Amino acid sequence: MNISTVFEARDLTKVYVMGEVRVEALRGVNLDLYSSELVVLLGPSGSGKSTLLNILGGLDTATTGSVSYAGKDLTKVTDRELTEYRRYHVGFVFQFYNLIPSLTARENVSVVTEIASNPMVPDDALDLVGLRDRMDHFPSQMSGGEQQRVAIARAIAKNPAVLLCDEPTGALDSATGVIVLEALERANQQMGTTTAIITHNSDIAAMGDRVLRMHNGSIASVERPPQKKTAREITW
Amino acid sequence: MTALHHKLLRELWGMKSQALAIALVFASGVATYVMSLTTLHSLQVTQASFYSDYRFADVFVSLKRAPESVAEQIAEIEGIRFVQTEVVAGANLDIEGYPDPATAMLVSYDEERTKLNRLFLRTGRVADPLRGDEVVVSEAFAEAHRLRPGDTLSPIVNGKKERLTIVGIALSPDYILQLPPASLVPDFRSYAILWMARKPLAAAYDMDEAFNAVSLQIDPGANPFEIVDRLDRLLARYGGLGAYTRKDQPSRRYLSEEFRQLQAMATVFPVIFLSVSAFLLYVVFGRLIQLQREEVATLKAFGYSNFAIGMHYSQLVVAIVAVGLAIGSAAGVWLAQGLSAMYITFYRFPYLQFRLDAEVFLQAFLIALAAAFTGSLFAVRRAALQPPAEAMRPEPPGRYRRTWLDRGGLRRLLSEPSRMIARNLQRRPGKALLTSIGIAAAYSILVMGLFFKDSIDYMLDVQFRLTERDDITVSFVEPTSRSALFDLLRIPGVEQAEAFRAVPVRLRHEQRTYRTVIQGFEPDSTLRSIRNTELEPASIPEEGLLMTDYLADLLRVRPGEEVTVEILEGARPVRRIPLAGTISQFLGVSGYMQVKSLNRLVGEGNAISGAFLLIDTARENEIYSKLKGMPRIAGTEVKRKALRSLTESMGEQMLIFAGIATLLAAIIAFGVVYNSARIALSERARELASLRIFGYTRGEASFILLGELSLLTLVSLPLGMLMGRWLCGMFVRNLQTDLFRLPLVLEPRTYAYAALVVLICSLVSGWIVHREIKRLDLVGVLKTRE
Repeated sequence: MNISTVFEARDLTKVYVMGEVRVEALRGVNLDLYSSELVVLLGPSGSGKSTLLNILGGLDTATTGSVSYAGKDLTKVTDRELTEYRRYHVGFVFQFYNLIPSLTARENVSVVTEIASNPMVPDDALDLVGLRDRMDHFPSQMSGGEQQRVAIARAIAKNPAVLLCDEPTGALDSATGVIVLEALERANQQMGTTTAIITHNSDIAAMGDRVLRMHNGSIASVERPPQKKTAREITW
Repeated sequence: MTALHHKLLRELWGMKSQALAIALVFASGVATYVMSLTTLHSLQVTQASFYSDYRFADVFVSLKRAPESVAEQIAEIEGIRFVQTEVVAGANLDIEGYPDPATAMLVSYDEERTKLNRLFLRTGRVADPLRGDEVVVSEAFAEAHRLRPGDTLSPIVNGKKERLTIVGIALSPDYILQLPPASLVPDFRSYAILWMARKPLAAAYDMDEAFNAVSLQIDPGANPFEIVDRLDRLLARYGGLGAYTRKDQPSRRYLSEEFRQLQAMATVFPVIFLSVSAFLLYVVFGRLIQLQREEVATLKAFGYSNFAIGMHYSQLVVAIVAVGLAIGSAAGVWLAQGLSAMYITFYRFPYLQFRLDAEVFLQAFLIALAAAFTGSLFAVRRAALQPPAEAMRPEPPGRYRRTWLDRGGLRRLLSEPSRMIARNLQRRPGKALLTSIGIAAAYSILVMGLFFKDSIDYMLDVQFRLTERDDITVSFVEPTSRSALFDLLRIPGVEQAEAFRAVPVRLRHEQRTYRTVIQGFEPDSTLRSIRNTELEPASIPEEGLLMTDYLADLLRVRPGEEVTVEILEGARPVRRIPLAGTISQFLGVSGYMQVKSLNRLVGEGNAISGAFLLIDTARENEIYSKLKGMPRIAGTEVKRKALRSLTESMGEQMLIFAGIATLLAAIIAFGVVYNSARIALSERARELASLRIFGYTRGEASFILLGELSLLTLVSLPLGMLMGRWLCGMFVRNLQTDLFRLPLVLEPRTYAYAALVVLICSLVSGWIVHREIKRLDLVGVLKTRE
């Protein structure tokens, strides 16, 4: 596997000013993400992991510091360029799925493939997450786990360079969560997509190539699990 | 102030632009209501006080000539309180620097003798009772020619040109509208009322110790119809032209019609605006309360009662209504002042008693409140009755279903965003329809505002291009022999002259009667072309009577049935004659016959009442001055001028009306589209933010919202056309009078202009919402689940 750096974050800080209160969500984060790796970002709530992910995904901008994606500094681009970046390079998976209720599973995927440059066929993406027979169902007709797998299919269908997942199993029970993690694992392995998973569930850390522990706005430690587990081997 | 009040104020502030948009629609309804009724009441109060202060008579009659002693016989009729005899005469008028024909009504007036229809003197004094060279001029005419006391006028009194000095400028309750005889529109420039001392006026017209007009005051309990009947019988031998009550007095009749229009306006507009407001509240509150289901549940969990929650949201509604009421009342009063001011330049009241009725505001408030509660009832009720535990759970995703759009080839044609639009519309077709109806309401108001111009243009075109093709209508002082026609033809520049006969009559069918004129035309007339109901030229049959379809409806008479005709001049015979057919006419109501058969009916020889002239317009001034010198001529109506004064008097009103309608419609269109877009934005913020996260541009995300609204706007246009046409039809039916009937004519450009205004309003509100999409909080929307 050809290993190259996908993201390079240097001295990232993020300060939210809410009225008279300053919240320092990130306090000088340095981070590299490499192609094809699966990274788990672990930390308690408020540790800054979502903020970091949002900045990497082009949803938010850093207060100071720099983030470059494939050599391009994301802190110095226009809103239009950020939109393009999200459109062609990033796949998102959220805790609450964010499916569009008026579209079926297949259509929720095509909503992304329609605007991407080199997408998969939506049916194949859904096949990859094991939902071939649920393609014509609406979100209201599916369980939470199914909805999250549609969200994963939607995220991978554009063949993104990175897959950013914010608490993808946060709203699911353990058994369903494992199925969702398997889908992510498969996307990472079969397509070589750089994948970052945010979680506060330390059991999930075992499936990462690397585990970054965040605390109070900075990265406290970086570990490589001695024995990488498959999603199927994980329980909580 | 309780915590809930704080919540109320903050939320009101948070939704200020939406609340303001709704309040403005409310305000429009309130404003039209307050404007119409305040103007109406002010004019009515002014009219009533002018009538009573200046003693407007109850019954009127003109006659040929009766000796003064007849007045005593009139006074003996039971129920008559006061008899006032008068001398009234028409005269041609020479005005320096005004070559067009002008006529005057000379009315006798003595400070001592005149107790009814008294003058309000704006300046100067009344004429000296012994002097024949002094005159008081009606204000409208004086203003039009900038006349002041001391200026002179030269009427041709009984064939002799007099020189009269203006001593005063005045108004009177019987000439509130300066309406030339047999004309349908007031004319300030070429028609004057001149009040002169009785004695010299009588001397000039051979009326010494005699009179030719009577005004009566009757006892409050007396039956005016019986008095009219007895008066007619008494005056028949003196050439009485048929008595009439206040109801048929021309100025008063015009005013009554105007009042009816104001009343109609006070109903139609507020109903539209308040319905739209109710709809907006329904939509906005439904959404607001849905968004606040968790807050409502929390409040309930803390022990707030259903009633307290219901009250809380009701107060929000009342706050919006109150803002609308305040704006609407202020705007209504302001508009009423403008409208009343415009009316009194048309209807010449000496003063305006502008009156604000507390009752009108209270009614407006109650009606607006009723509309508001109708609109918000469901939402508020739902909030009040919501079970707390259920409300705490997040709402499940909206239920969507595959529909016919997904079958067949259509599926492939739609992109995902288009499909989102289609499904959303299909999911809540009722709401989509209401939005379209709201926009269509705006469209229809615009159509209605513009309709009057189309209709009047068409009416004038039919009247002056198809029907009346002469340049000048000349009427003689009294029926004259046919040879007078040759005198007219001899005037250089007169190319064609056609005689006509006009006979005042009272038509009767069963118990219904109507006072009008039967006009006799030449059978081969080319200068007057009467039209059947399809507007094709109709010929007058040799025997029998044609009448305006509206008149036939009034009398409930059908072709083939007989009508009783009481001739109101000469020997006053009463005849029965079959109705041969009906014709279409937008202005006035008349009967039509051939000259010959009309004269036969009256029992007179070959008399004519006047002539229609076709002239060489290059020589018109020459012709006018010749006509002024002909003593037999009582009136000269120039078509071109009649058309101009008609267009001018109606044009200004129409322009103001169209302007107001455009503004109000813009408010509705904006209110509906903006609110719909805002609600759609808040309902779908999460969806749109998700799309933005996936890399959709702002434009692409807006497309889903604005595409839906564009679709609803487009659907609303044909709907609005139908509604607009229906609304115009309703106005046409409501405003039908014997003075004029507006034809239901709508030009394509009216529809196009109205559509343009609606589209612009939609675009502006769309643009505002598009800008708000920029501010979507992409991160925040992912954190919470709706």
